[in-house]
Formats: sequence, structure tokens, C-alpha cells
Amino acid sequence: MGQPFPFSAIVGQEEMKRAMIIAAIDPSVGGVLILGDRGTGKSTAVRSLAALLPKIPVVAGSRYNASPDAPPIPGDEVAAKAKTIMVAVPVVDLPLGATEDRVVGALDLERALARGEKAFEPGLLARANRGFLYIDEVNLLEDHLVDLLIDVAASGENVVEREGLSIRHPARFVLIGSGNPEEGELRPQLLDRFGLSVEVRTPTILDERIEVVKRRDQFENDSLAFTAKWKSAQDKTRRHIVAARERLSKVQVPDAALRRAATLCMKLGTDGLRGELTLIRAARAFAAYNGADSVGDEHLQPLAASVLRHRLRRDPLDESGSTARVQRAVDEIFAIA
Amino acid sequence: MVAAGDKQEAPDGTQKVASWGAVWQLALTAAAVLAVDPTRLSGAVIRSRAGPVRDAWLREFLAMLPSGAVVKRVPSNIADGRLLGGLDLALTLASGRPVAERGVLADCDGGVAIFPMAERMSSYTAAKLASVIDSGVVVVERDGFQLRHETAFAAVLLDEGIEDDESASVALADRLAFQIDLSDFPDRMLREELEGGNAAEMAEAFAVSVDDVIAARAAIREVTASDKVIEALTATAYALGVDGMRAPNLAINAARAIAALNGRREVSDDDVQLAGRLVLAPRATRLPQPPPEDSAESEPQSEEEPEQAPSEDNSRDQEPPENEKPPEPLEPDEDKTNVDQPLEDVVLAATAAAIPEKLLLKLMMQGNALRGASKSSGPSGQTRNSSKRGRAVGSVRGDIRSGARMNVLATLRAAAPWQRLRAQSTVVDPDRVGRLHIRKEDFRVNRYQERGETTTLFVVDASGSAALNRLAEAKGAVELLLADCYIRRDRVSVIAFRGRAAEVLLPATRSLVRAKRSLAGLPGGGGTPLANGIDAAREMAEGLTRRGDTVVVVMLTDGKANVTRNGVGGNRPLAEADALAAARSLRQINGLRALFVDTSPSANPRAEALANAMGATYLPLPHAGARTLMNAVQVAGSVGKAPAR
Repeated sequence: MGQPFPFSAIVGQEEMKRAMIIAAIDPSVGGVLILGDRGTGKSTAVRSLAALLPKIPVVAGSRYNASPDAPPIPGDEVAAKAKTIMVAVPVVDLPLGATEDRVVGALDLERALARGEKAFEPGLLARANRGFLYIDEVNLLEDHLVDLLIDVAASGENVVEREGLSIRHPARFVLIGSGNPEEGELRPQLLDRFGLSVEVRTPTILDERIEVVKRRDQFENDSLAFTAKWKSAQDKTRRHIVAARERLSKVQVPDAALRRAATLCMKLGTDGLRGELTLIRAARAFAAYNGADSVGDEHLQPLAASVLRHRLRRDPLDESGSTARVQRAVDEIFAIA
Repeated sequence: MVAAGDKQEAPDGTQKVASWGAVWQLALTAAAVLAVDPTRLSGAVIRSRAGPVRDAWLREFLAMLPSGAVVKRVPSNIADGRLLGGLDLALTLASGRPVAERGVLADCDGGVAIFPMAERMSSYTAAKLASVIDSGVVVVERDGFQLRHETAFAAVLLDEGIEDDESASVALADRLAFQIDLSDFPDRMLREELEGGNAAEMAEAFAVSVDDVIAARAAIREVTASDKVIEALTATAYALGVDGMRAPNLAINAARAIAALNGRREVSDDDVQLAGRLVLAPRATRLPQPPPEDSAESEPQSEEEPEQAPSEDNSRDQEPPENEKPPEPLEPDEDKTNVDQPLEDVVLAATAAAIPEKLLLKLMMQGNALRGASKSSGPSGQTRNSSKRGRAVGSVRGDIRSGARMNVLATLRAAAPWQRLRAQSTVVDPDRVGRLHIRKEDFRVNRYQERGETTTLFVVDASGSAALNRLAEAKGAVELLLADCYIRRDRVSVIAFRGRAAEVLLPATRSLVRAKRSLAGLPGGGGTPLANGIDAAREMAEGLTRRGDTVVVVMLTDGKANVTRNGVGGNRPLAEADALAAARSLRQINGLRALFVDTSPSANPRAEALANAMGATYLPLPHAGARTLMNAVQVAGSVGKAPAR
């Protein structure tokens, strides 16, 4: 195993890559949901994120990936003068079949038995803090785990009340789910919690397909050489992301952009205000990534589908898919310019 | 050795034997190729009933593996703990500290995992297996353990499904290189092939020994595949509509394994052809557009027999008619000399020629009305979780007082690691020595999954035009179907439309008597408010789907709408437009299966358009009695078939 496939070497799938980069620039956008055909590189893209993103400083020995700048987390047994180390952004895979105790954390059995100490053993949520939590086949995850994850992802804090333990620790992560809609539907409550949703399709252009297969084959044969070949492209994307994070707070959101976003959401009849908020946040991150100073139509337009398609109410009298509906509304509203 | 050259130039008269021989040989070739590179090819799906044919294939395959290879049979209903690993209850109790056990998949490293009855594997198990195949690691996050075991193995799924909608997980099959269909392979043929006079010949044609496999395994890392090879296989996959990007890579790896078996250092054109036939042909979802030069040969093939979709069913169980074999545009003698022919065309031709016959028939039919009907509606049995009824799917911590059922084993498992500690901390009571210490937090209760029921929703046209024609027959058919649904404990519901509106005659019920009564009292006559009928069906179907039911809608009408949605008669064009719109919205319901029975005296294009709009299978039944109608409905709509899972 070891080497993940380089993010920059993924052919096509621009919408998916863009969504991930936006979530990496501004985690407050909310998670990313990737739905699509089998074998289109969904998992590949997520697992390649760790290698793409800049490393983060972490207090050595911290079980929660604690940042050296933040106040210490109670219960995190780090040495008083622990060093700071740079580590790759955690991308934690939530395997299907994980049990609840491993996800939220539980009593450390080993220590409880050997020394009679009541100690907390952090779970996957602790490990995903400040990083990404990836759920493949999210539509097959058991309901009680899904509810739990949504809750933690929204609050940024994991509260454990079990086996006589009462622990809370930060768990701020970007939730990334992927799945094949043919294998089961997601509940609308869960859909809404993902900031962006992207649809991935098998490429329809032969040359693109050939390129996909070739790169995969090269990678399988010599992953080290392949990774080295793509290093400069990876570095470039990384620099862009770092620069975008710095710019982010300086990007202006003019009233016109707010109005556009609101009009669009009203036109589509999305429930609540989460649609507008996410659209604006995502557009701001996208503007920052493109080096722009303020959010304009050119940033809102390409993101509308990703932000809104999973928030539409199903209209039984409209047979076209939700992507087409968003596109229609976008065309209509942005044409008035 | 493994040869790409087509050996099926049937010696006259014995064409069928030769073609079964070719099928068998191809299956064995796949076995040999898989034996060479089990981990990168990931495995195979063998579709066949349990029987001598399948056993023979397995025996041949296992015989080709080097000695010492791990081979494990894994029941498809295996619990997660055994599959992936978890707490070892016995050892934990014995030692008083948590002891982990390795799962079966970790144990299979470097070997083969065989899954009998793979069509019964739950999609959860399949997804877990798929993720292990993808990542090459078993990651266990269960029962307080966090374990990683690297593992790479070949998964052989024995798919014993009979019906079309009963098959091994598609997501899993997508990751395995080979899909071998031996379900129609006659036992008799195998005996003849193996014991009869052909045995020596077969052995000649196909001789891969363990030593060959070992040699090929050593050589395979050196085998190179040119860009031309990669392009040819990708283009072939594309032309055949093979979805997903895994198949071409699997085919390339198969081509390498074949080259290694043949002692080559570079993948040859023949290897590529064979890889295409083995890996890509069974995955085809469409026929290639016939290339212009041999169009004369292949055109009649792909365009003929569009007519009977449903009645074709019984003819195919018998022997495959020879003339349906695909054209083989390029015979081997030609492709050596024909240098200017691009490799991808050669590979495509060879692959298309190897599409299994059953699949080929299906693909040919797909070009017609059936396309997109009830295709790929996902697993049909929608399920929901419950704490009291249904199939047990696991356990969670919980309170047994809430009426849930306790899972004794899981409770013991949860309590096991604590025994020593609790024994120390409790005051020693002579009566209680040796007892288990179980506390409230140990309780585990079962979670059950209720199987959504199947509801068949009859939408009956009781208008004047229909009444004249067929109402009595439609009623008779519904009654017969009701009896059938009753036997299977499916529910039925009846909606009738006539005059100005639709009426729910019978809400979803299992009561045969009520259904009969409501039908008997159904009067005929009046206009045809088709749009309202379809809308009523949609509303009910939506409600039922939300409950988790699988819904089958059976429309019985002549499709001649003349009353609009608002109940206004006389405006035929508007009424028809309304009906079409309603039909389209019916299609939106996920997982809905629909059957449109045209009851008009002669097939009616408007009715067919409606059927297409609602994504239904169209069934014109101009002159059929109630029983024929029922049979047709059962065959074509698979009404109320038990959901496969």
C-alpha cells in the first residue's frame, strides 16, 4: 500500500476536485458528498488528499492532533513541554462495520484491566480532528452511526457519556461521504448536512479514458516513480491552497453577490438559509483560490450546482434531474445581468 | 498453452459440442490467468448452480495454485467479527483480558477466499469486502480494537442465482476480473468433454500445470504492456459500454498474466485479444457499432428479432440456436497478415465475438422498447430498521426494558473482558463465586431489519371504452393475481378510474376477500380520466415507498385518455398531454416497477408512448383471456417477486 495516487494526476472530474479543494480551503463550508458511478476514482481522490495538503503543526504525542496554538485539551496526556511536530493532515477512513465504541472512543480496556485505571481511549473522531473523515459507501452506514457523525460534525465536539466516563473533546473535521446512489438512498436530513455534493461520471471521451487507464497502470507498476513525476504539479496545487487560505479573510463579498445567491435559492425554493450561506462561503473560497479580490458571478455560477442540487425538494411534476433544474435557474438568473 | 487463436471453427455437424467446449476452455483459461496473478486480478464470479460443472471448475482452478496457498470457504452470511476480526470470546474469557482474533480475510492473504451462495451476500458484507479488495488492508475498528492486517487475495464468488435479479453484488463483481457464466452448461456435456473421446484433445488444447503457474508468477513483474495495448483495451471497453474505469486495468493485468503464462516478456496482440474476451466481453452493456467494412455481415444480426420480449423467456432455457452466435468478422488466419488493421479493432472484434450468448440476446433486445424500463432500480427490497421485528442485523447497547430483545451472546461478549476486574472489586460472597459479573452497561439488544413488503398496485381503467373491450378479463386477471399475491403474503391495492376521477377501491391489504368484493362491485362506463388514474397511483406509490415497500404498478388500460386532470371531458389532446405528464412523474419514484398492459383490441402507439413515459414494460394483449394475461403479467413484470438481497 503506502503511496496514495497523486491528487493532481486524477484525470478530469473537475467538479469533484474543485469541491475538495474548496473544503480544504474553508472547512466551514461543510462536508462533501460524492455520488456517482462505480470505479470513477471517488475513493482515490479522497485518499490522495493527505499527500496534497500542507502539513499541520501538532503537539507531539497528542491523541487529538492538538494544535500548539490552542489551549491544551483536558485529558490529552501530553508532556508539559511537548515539542511541536509537522504531520500530514489526517484523513481518517471510517470502515464500514466499525462499531460505535471505536468511532466515539471508549474506556481503555487494557489499562482498566491491567492497572484498574479509568482511562479514555479516543476513537476515530479524535483522530480525524483538524482533518477529514471519509466514509465510503455512506448510504450503507448504519443509521445510528450516521446520526452520531452528523451531530459531531455540526458541533465540532465529541461528547462521550459511556461506561462511567464523561469526556468531551474537540472533533472538527470535514466529512466526506461517497456512494453509489443505486445502492440505497440517503436520508434528506443527512443530505442537507453536506455542504457540497458532486456527481461523478465515467468519462465519455475515449482519450480521457485511455489517459485514466494509462496513469493507473503506471502507478500500479511503479508508484514511487509515478509520484515523483507528479510532484511539481502537486506542489503547485498545494501552494495555491496555502495562498488561498491566507487570502480568504480578505476576499470581499459585495451585496450584489449576496443578492444573486439569495435570488437563486428563492427561485429554486430551497429550505432554510443553509443554501445561501454555503454558496457564499464556497464562492469566497473559490475566489480566493483563483486569486480574486471579491466574489463575482464567475465564482457563484460554477458552484451553484454543487451547493444546491441536493437541497431541492423533489418536484413530482418535473422529470428532469436536480442538476438540470439548478442549471436552468442559474441560466435564467445570471442572464439578467 | 494458453492460446488466443480461436479454436471454435466447429468441425461440421458438431457445432454445439464445439461451442460448449469453447466455453469450458475459456472458463479454464480464466482460472489459469487468475492463478497466475490472484491478487491484482482480485478474483472471479462464477454464475452456476451448485453441481458438477462448478465443482469441476473449482477443482481445476485450485489444482493450478502452488501448494501451500491458503484456500478458505467463507459463508456469505458471515458475521463481521469473523470476516474482519474482533474480540475472541473464548480466549478473552479464559485469559481475562481482551484478545483479538484475526478475521477470515486477513487469514486469506496470498490465497483464495471462496464465497458460496454469493447472491445471498448482504450489500453490507459486499461493501466491506470491496473496501478490503480496494485497499489491500483489513482495518478493524471494533470491540475496542484497532487492528490493521495487510491482505491480498482472490475472491471467488459462487453465484447460484437463477433469476435475473438475483445475483452477486454488482459493486463487488466490478472489482473482480472475471465473470464466468456456466449456468446453462449441461452436466452431460462436461462428462463427454472430460471422460469421452475429447478428453485428450482438451488436455492438449489446455495444459497449464502448477509449474507453469509458478514460472509465470516469477516472470509477470517483468512483462511490459505497450501504450498500444492499453489503448486497444480501453477503446474496446468503451465501445462495448463497459462502465467504470476498473475493467480496462483488470484487462491489462490479465493480458500481462497471459503473456507471462506464454513465456513472453511483452504483451502480444494475441494476449490482448484473449484478455478482452476474458475480462471485457462479459461486462458488455451494448453492442459495438458495426464497423463499416463488415457491416454486411453483422447488420442483420443486430437488427433482427426485436419483436417478442416477454415470451422469449422459455425458449432460451433450451439449447442456444446456432445462428444467434455473433459474427466473427476476423478469423485468426486473417489477423496475422492484416497488419494495417488497428489493434483495437481486432481486439474489439474478438471481444464482441466472445460476448456470452445470453448476454448477447439481452443486449439485442435492449435496443428496443425494453431499454430503461425497470433497469437498475437498485436492490429492490428496501429495508428499514426496527427493534422488534425482522431479520437480526446486529446489536447495540441498549435497555432491555424498552421491549427490545436481548442478545445474550453479544451481552456476554461485552462483559467478558471485565470478569477478572469485577471479580476483584466485588465483595466476595461465597454464593456468588464463579458467577459471571454482568452489569447494566453490558446489555446488548438486537437490532432487526424489517423487510419492506411488496405491494402490487393495480390501476384499472373502468371507463366506457375499456369496459366494452376488456373489463371483465382485466378483473379476472386481477383476481388470479390477487390469489397469487395472497400466497406470497404480498399486499395488493386497487385503484379504478372512470367518469371524472380516480377512486381508491382498495387500500393496500392482504385480504383477498375484500379485494374480490371491491372488484366485483366495480361498474364500468364513462370517460377515461387517465391522468387522474396515474396521479392517484403515484400518490399511493409514494406513500408506500416511503414506508419501505417495494411497489409494482400494473396499469390495465387502453391508453385512450379523454378527460383532463381537472375532470373536464371532451378535450382529447389536453387529456392526453395530461396523461403523459402524469406518466412522467410516476417515473420519478425510485425503485418503482411498472407494467403497462394495453387492453385495446389492437396495439396502440399512444399507449406505448405512455408506457415509455412512465418507464413501464409495455405489454399489448389484444386477444388474451384472464389466465394468459396473468401469466404475461407475472413473467414480464416479475410481479411481487421476493426482493433479492
